Amino acid sequence: MQQNHYEAVFILTPVLSEAQMKDTVAKFKEVLTAQGSDVYHQEEWGLKKLAYPINHKTTGFYALLEFKADPKVIKTLETEFRRDERVLRHLTVSLDKNAVEYNARRRGGAFNKKTETSTEA
Amino acid sequence: MTLINETVVRNAENRKKYCRFKKSGIKYIDYKDPNFLLKFVNEQGKLLPRRLTGTSLKFQRRVAQAVKRARHLALMPYVTDALK
Repeated sequence: MQQNHYEAVFILTPVLSEAQMKDTVAKFKEVLTAQGSDVYHQEEWGLKKLAYPINHKTTGFYALLEFKADPKVIKTLETEFRRDERVLRHLTVSLDKNAVEYNARRRGGAFNKKTETSTEA
Repeated sequence: MTLINETVVRNAENRKKYCRFKKSGIKYIDYKDPNFLLKFVNEQGKLLPRRLTGTSLKFQRRVAQAVKRARHLALMPYVTDALK
């Protein structure tokens, strides 16, 4: 079964405590690893202001999971996202080779976060 | 007496527009980086057309897809009045 690269970004409601946020993210990571996919990167952007209110909330806790998985794992991940009411919004994206290379560079700090230069390649 | 209209000097517009992605070798447009995407969106948050930005069709589609994903994740607004 050919494993593809994927990236899932999701927003949690801000009303949760820090611990609840952590274990929600861990829960999704668990759903993935249980299905034999390897989560090779995890990022939390923390509480950020949303560009527009999502069901009356103006801030959200952003989290990102980058993983390699079988295509059928994504279906269960998506249903998991929909079932969990703490998740305001989620987006799972498949990554092509340019994207994977870009993410590897991003993790390596090629685009320094401070100046947020836009030299993505 | 034939009417000869003088040549209209418009070098501001007709300098050769180029696709900034091909020129700078950018291959992937990241939907997670709103500051970069703001360059392709006007004050109301709407996508700029290719005739203004000069990007090639291939990269305009990628920019459009990235902006729409960023909007879905509330990193960028769907419509606003004072974006920049």
